[in-house]
Amino acid sequence: MVESVAPALQGVGTRKSRFAMRWGDPIFWGATLFFTLVLFALLCGVIAVLLVGGWPALAHSGIAFLWTAHWNPVTDTYGAVVPLIGTIETSVIAMLIGVPFSFGMAIFLTELCPHRLRQPIAIAIELLAAIPSIIYGMWGLFIVVPLFQHHVEPALKTTLGNIPLLGNLFSGPPIGIGVLLAGLILGLMVLPFITSVMREVFASVPPVLRESAYGLGATRWEVVWRVVLPYCRNGVAGAVMLGLGRALGETMAVTFVIGNAHRLSLSLLAPGTTISATLANEFTEAVGDIYTSALVALGLVLFVLTFLVLALGKKLLLGARAEGAEGEVLA
Amino acid sequence: MNRRVRQRQRWDFLMAVVSYAMTGIVLFILGAILWALLWNGISAIEPAMFTESTPAPGNEGGLANAIVGSLMMTVIAILIATPIGIMAGTYLAEYGKEGRVASIVRFINDVLLSAPSIIVGLFIYGVVVTTMGHFSGWAGAAALAVIALPIVVRTTEDMLTLIPDSLREAGAAIGAPRWMVITQISYRAAFSGMLTGVLLAIARISGETAPLLFTALNNQFWSTNLNDPMANLPVVIFQFAMSPYEDWQRLAWGGALLITTAVLLLNIFARVISTRNKGRA
Repeated sequence: MVESVAPALQGVGTRKSRFAMRWGDPIFWGATLFFTLVLFALLCGVIAVLLVGGWPALAHSGIAFLWTAHWNPVTDTYGAVVPLIGTIETSVIAMLIGVPFSFGMAIFLTELCPHRLRQPIAIAIELLAAIPSIIYGMWGLFIVVPLFQHHVEPALKTTLGNIPLLGNLFSGPPIGIGVLLAGLILGLMVLPFITSVMREVFASVPPVLRESAYGLGATRWEVVWRVVLPYCRNGVAGAVMLGLGRALGETMAVTFVIGNAHRLSLSLLAPGTTISATLANEFTEAVGDIYTSALVALGLVLFVLTFLVLALGKKLLLGARAEGAEGEVLA
Repeated sequence: MNRRVRQRQRWDFLMAVVSYAMTGIVLFILGAILWALLWNGISAIEPAMFTESTPAPGNEGGLANAIVGSLMMTVIAILIATPIGIMAGTYLAEYGKEGRVASIVRFINDVLLSAPSIIVGLFIYGVVVTTMGHFSGWAGAAALAVIALPIVVRTTEDMLTLIPDSLREAGAAIGAPRWMVITQISYRAAFSGMLTGVLLAIARISGETAPLLFTALNNQFWSTNLNDPMANLPVVIFQFAMSPYEDWQRLAWGGALLITTAVLLLNIFARVISTRNKGRA
């Protein structure tokens, strides 16, 4: 690789190369810095567009936008509550499924898996992350919805549905499409991300710790639960936050299977909506400035929410990296 | 062996079984998704899919306009994002390093990297679509570029950081100025890694739907005019899959199979390049 420099230096001393030697560095440095600032400008631009676009609606409804449940384009009343709750509800379901599975898979890949299978399985899981979200949506709509409608939901209703209080979560007709399925598919989608961050966090545990625990006669599970997990508490929490950030903003997969109903329902089987699904469904059809602006304001709420979750996740992972010292933790 | 020990071993065994089962379930689901795509999509893959434009319900047709639209917007987006991303990544890895500016920009890049893609759509709508007054292929390409950019920045920085300083010092020692060290030595050594980043960015944006919904919109007809709304595979798949017409749904499956195959092949290709590079270093 190095010999390639020599021809570039052959012209040293000529006028052209003297220019390059004198001004090449400041020019190149300036160019890289300029394009770095493009990133900065982009983020400022995103925030500015969301603020300016959402302002008319926020001025129209006031801060009550955040706790108004009505969403009625006809009377021009807009509130963020229904999509916001839907976003949080689906993300929580996604986490309830995604986190234990990611944990189990990360353990499998770092502790249990035969060495020869480790790489192929890790790659397969990463391919799961590469599949576009629209494919998850289609698969959910055409394959999983009928399954849910005819088998899973009726079963849930006859079992969990009969328990007082908890049963309310599983009431209503089993139509397949709904909050529960959206959450499930989201959980499947965030799973590879959480798994890969968790794996890296687990790998950052110094072998000495692990070996000394085994030396004391601990079982594999005890090593994972009492040594590895406490050691990477922050990293694991960071991984979960990054997953949550993805779940909150995911659009297409949810839009396919949630049913897009602006209705507050206690039942997880009922159709609902999320902020991103509302945007995907209504934005191009929105007529009237306030309506469009209300949708942009929803986008602003989503952006702030994901920003906070991601910032928290990054902070936890950076803390984990500082603790983990040698281990490289990619966030 | 006393009872306590046996109980601990049983617990250990149980948890091992659970984590085997979890991995098995997830791999099964991956298989199920790919199987569903093949099963439903393969029958839609026929020559007409690549030669005819999207049909009205009940008519014969293909996805030619959507495929071309997607290709055009993806290529433009990558042509915009790659130089900017490589320059910014270069700044972070070669000049900024641990400095204040670099750590702020790194954080900003992470925010952009994980910002919901539909927000990017809103942003481009606000900046490009409202300025132009209508949806357009340019707006779609711009939205995809915004999504690809942070990926390129991130991998460029990571790959340049991996280059040992001794290589740079060797360059500097024979009198090469900094810019020449970077372009002639660092870039060459990190080339395959940076290429991987660009390939992954292509894979990512070629399946993106949300940011195209209100930028490129869609176009039922053949069009290569970037100033007009432009057909693209993801939005066509979305529209056709959600429709009640069976022939549209069939085309949607065909398109889905096409996109997934392309995305997965790009991912595998990128991985092969990067591991081959690792083996050499």
